[in-house]
Amino acid sequence: MIVTTALARLGAATLGLLAATGRLTRFAGATLVHTVTPPFYPREFLHACMQIGWLSLPVVGLTALFTGAALALQIYAGGARFSAESVVPSIVAIGMARELGPVLGGLMVAARVASSIAAEIGTMKVTEQIDALVTLSTNPMKYLTVPRVLAATLTVPLLVGIGDVIGIMGGWLVGVNRLDFNSATYLKNTFDYLEPWDVGSGLVKGAAFGFIVALMGAYHGMTSARGAQGVGRATKSAVVAASVAILACNYILTEVFFSA
Amino acid sequence: MIGLSGIEKAFGPKKVLRGVDLSVARGESLVIIGGSGTGKSVLLKCILGLVRPDAGRITFDGADVTGRRSDAFLAQFGMLFQGAALFDSMPVWQNVAFRLLRGPGRRPHAEAREIAVEKLRRVGLGPEVADLFPAELSGGMQKRVGLARAIAAEPRVIFFDEPTTGLDPIMAGVINDLIRDLVTEMGATAITITHDMSSVRAIADRVAMLHDGKLRWEGSVAQMDSTDDPYVAQFIHGRAEGPIAAIR
Ligand SMILES: Nc1ncnc2c1ncn2[C@@H]1O[C@H](COP(=O)(O)OP(=O)(O)OP(=O)(O)O)[C@@H](O)[C@H]1O
Ligand SMILES: [Mg+2]
Repeated sequence: MIVTTALARLGAATLGLLAATGRLTRFAGATLVHTVTPPFYPREFLHACMQIGWLSLPVVGLTALFTGAALALQIYAGGARFSAESVVPSIVAIGMARELGPVLGGLMVAARVASSIAAEIGTMKVTEQIDALVTLSTNPMKYLTVPRVLAATLTVPLLVGIGDVIGIMGGWLVGVNRLDFNSATYLKNTFDYLEPWDVGSGLVKGAAFGFIVALMGAYHGMTSARGAQGVGRATKSAVVAASVAILACNYILTEVFFSA
Repeated sequence: MIGLSGIEKAFGPKKVLRGVDLSVARGESLVIIGGSGTGKSVLLKCILGLVRPDAGRITFDGADVTGRRSDAFLAQFGMLFQGAALFDSMPVWQNVAFRLLRGPGRRPHAEAREIAVEKLRRVGLGPEVADLFPAELSGGMQKRVGLARAIAAEPRVIFFDEPTTGLDPIMAGVINDLIRDLVTEMGATAITITHDMSSVRAIADRVAMLHDGKLRWEGSVAQMDSTDDPYVAQFIHGRAEGPIAAIR
């Protein structure tokens, strides 16, 4: 009895998850189609770039700065065990560019942007503003979803790139002031061993994470249940789903880059 | 012009509409009355394709438009939502001029603004309101901005969901006159939902009462006053006692 109930629950949960994945995939497909078919809303797009890209810069920059600084200390501690302290500059750079820059940047953007997109669109849904858009011959997917998804996909890689630089700078600050590296040597070691694809793969990850963040925000907002509680739940789901999807996607992309 | 037959709509187990038949002629002003929660707003949303009916057929100018919402179709409609549904990310005048600033019938910025200010004047709002944001307005002012937005592009068919709730009696009079003018002077077709009996008398060519998911009664205002239908009589006189249960 208990076993069958448990199995039934598990089955129902699995079905629910599959159905949600299907709906999300259709939503993503519709977003892509609407991205390439007119009318376009350049004004909304620029506004979204401002909101998502520019205004996320402080939080992504600070995250990168502290991560780079801590990374330098950790790698120094590890490297010292086999007298390889000199790897600090290059490992900090590679670690930031390939992994920590995009992942931590993506997660910070998820917290900041997925929530605000879900709350904004969710509130529009429950106050009938989405219905009003439709009656004014404006497709909510084109007007609300596409500009945000496009802006996030294009600006998050830029944020990641800036984050890389700031993160490396954080490592350099700690390296020079705390670990007695020579400034010029630190920088030389950083750039001698850093390959273009280290940075490139991180930027590709950034684009994927930006897409995920805005898509999750828009999807949960558009499907928000009624009332303030509905919007609250949509916001929470958007952040959780975006964060988990970023980490899963990060592993998949890393595996792909690793095997290539 | 608009024809509905056998419209049904349920939300989960709750059957809201159970077969509504209704037709509206071109240039006619129909008022829908009925208890709170009987599905009046849902019915208007069905016509606009915002809610897909479970059964039934909706025709517009003879063509089947059930559950569909093409741009050409929607371009002929204006809708005032019950909660105004203003876009709170943009100032009042851009709300009113929303349709004029986008799409095929697009006007230059300055002209769109001029039209918006003129429409605001028609709903009793001064030009100083134009640059405020919706959150800075009172409920009744928001309602009137919503009304100005609904009529801004001079649509052929206009739906008003409770246009006078939350307005003082004088403003309600202004809005009633405006709706009447739109129908008689501009030749628009209007469907208005209202609980305000003075509004019904001022606006209606024909009154329809929705009760229990069906069209219970329809007729002119004069017929409404003299009807012996106990449901209509209870409703228009606002009696707590009668066939319509007070708890719904
Ligand atoms: N999207 C929805 N999801 C679930 N239930 C809904 C939805 N929209 C409307 N309903 C339900 O349908 C019923 C009719 O709602 P509707 O808004 O049409 O009432 P109404 O006749 O306009 O009432 P009022 O005069 O109070 O505005 C209500 O019981 C409401 O709970
Ligand atoms: Mg209603």
